[in-house]
Amino acid sequence: MTLALLNVAAETASRTPLLVVGFYLMLLIGLGVISSRLFRGTASDFFVAERSIGPFLLLMSVFGTTMTAFALVGSTGKAYELGNGVYGLMASASGIVHSAVFFLVGIKLWAIGKRHGFTTQIQYFRARFQSNALGYVLFPILIALVVPYLLIGLLGAGAVMRGVTVGMFPDTFPGVLNEATGRVMFAGAIPTWITGLVVCSVVLFYIFAGGLRSAAWANAFQTIVFMITGVIAFVLISSKLGGLTAATQAVIDNTPEHMTRARIGKLQYLTYMLVPLSVGMFPHLFQHWLTAKKASTFKLTTIAHPLFIGIVWVPCILIGIWAAGAGITPPGNNPNALLPKLVQTLLQDPYMTGLLTAGILAAIMSSLDSQFVCLGTMFTHDIVLHAAGKDRFSDRAQIMLGRGFIVAVVGLTYLLTFFPPPKIFDLAVWCFSGFASLFPLVFASIYWRRTTRAGAMASILTMVVTGGVLFYDGLVKPTLSGEVREGDYLVGGMMPVAIIFAASAAALVIVSLMTQPPPDDHIDQFMVKI
Amino acid sequence: MSSGEKIAWGLMLLVTALHFDLWNWDTTEVVFGFMPVGLAWQAGISLAAAAVWALLMKVGWPTGVEDWAAQPSELEQDKGEAR
Repeated sequence: MTLALLNVAAETASRTPLLVVGFYLMLLIGLGVISSRLFRGTASDFFVAERSIGPFLLLMSVFGTTMTAFALVGSTGKAYELGNGVYGLMASASGIVHSAVFFLVGIKLWAIGKRHGFTTQIQYFRARFQSNALGYVLFPILIALVVPYLLIGLLGAGAVMRGVTVGMFPDTFPGVLNEATGRVMFAGAIPTWITGLVVCSVVLFYIFAGGLRSAAWANAFQTIVFMITGVIAFVLISSKLGGLTAATQAVIDNTPEHMTRARIGKLQYLTYMLVPLSVGMFPHLFQHWLTAKKASTFKLTTIAHPLFIGIVWVPCILIGIWAAGAGITPPGNNPNALLPKLVQTLLQDPYMTGLLTAGILAAIMSSLDSQFVCLGTMFTHDIVLHAAGKDRFSDRAQIMLGRGFIVAVVGLTYLLTFFPPPKIFDLAVWCFSGFASLFPLVFASIYWRRTTRAGAMASILTMVVTGGVLFYDGLVKPTLSGEVREGDYLVGGMMPVAIIFAASAAALVIVSLMTQPPPDDHIDQFMVKI
Repeated sequence: MSSGEKIAWGLMLLVTALHFDLWNWDTTEVVFGFMPVGLAWQAGISLAAAAVWALLMKVGWPTGVEDWAAQPSELEQDKGEAR
């Protein structure tokens, strides 16, 4: 029955899903217009929402920001590849680690940021380590780690729209010839460059209208949308696959290894738990933490985050293994194209397809917006105002500077979407590994008085060198040589993050102990006494 | 650290340890008629983590953090521009 549905679906190309998506994007633009009326026109409101965000908005904006395209599209594809163990590998581990970071690091950074008036991570590190150079070293590293993250969002959105709009515009978009099979793929589908352009424009509109407050509102709205649509997709897809029991039975009968963790190494599973530490060094999350009105605002975020992860990820994992059990193959054997294909071909309800597509785009855009604002904030505060002096620029000029840099970086990222790297979600894990390997720096800066400027610098440079070497060996070299690797790149069975993290932490500790400790009265300004 | 806080942190360590459920590695059993047992266990870990975080918010909340944040900054350099 399933395969029959898949064949029939290719012939139907109603444009109704596109209208639903368009309506959803108009709602976001409307939200931007409303939030612009509340925008006070100050730099503080644009960059940190006047530190006025309450518990519910903080929860939704932090969750929406941490859940990227990977949460819906990638998780389904990864479960299709590796089986149900993906939830333990990536999701439940994140539920524990993310909340721990919010509680142990986020609250303290909020307090330090509020007391000293920081807006960006780099301001904090410069002040904590009394080093301008540290900021100039960290800035390009953070940008280099964020840009691929943006790229993942844009390419993810493009892939979803391309999958869902197949056959809608056969005269305008003839499709792509697959040289291996000689068949035309995605005939009539909206190409990635159009989706990227539209998504960037909508997100830029609402963040320019109201800054981080607007992003927080949009995040809350979009998080609600993608959580609800995710559950709806689960119910409808499971029904189309014959119900919960039948769908799982097909997995047991046809691909029983998807019921197990046979495709995941034990050391890989263990060391993957370091990857979620990346949230401690995401510059956009740092900025969201600073928007909190009070420390107690963090309580709801810390408690509800693991639950929200479960609500989004459990259905996606089940859909992924059910697709494997049903023998459904994603277009071009690309697991990340699985969910859009299931949505389009199994549901066959154009309104529902449109709604679920909007939900996937919501998950993607709710990360992009915060990252966009963050990039503008970092450039304005950490480079321009830091070098030229804050008194040289009015609030309006600061906002314009921020917007200008956002447009430049988004433009660059958009151009990169024309040259998509293979295995885009593998790139995401490398990005997260880089952020996670900087976690010893932020943790030690809060909890270890003895951490020195030289130790911090050594930690950052060690991350760059060890991460760079492993990144070259694990992704760049095989890509250049055309080598196809089965499964993830592992070092001695471990995720590369384990090596990079350990090296970075060791460099921080050893060099700090070898160098003169910072003055006590200075460190007292950063050790939060509770 | 109060005894309640110690217990809550102990429970969090226990939840983290139980996350590494090696005994569910190769099983194909299901619960509730459709859920792989390993997935159900890990979903339970998410629920347990939320419950223990709720307990920690109650018994281990850093009560002085807002007072500390409200004190004036004595830093001489690099104060934020958007306070």
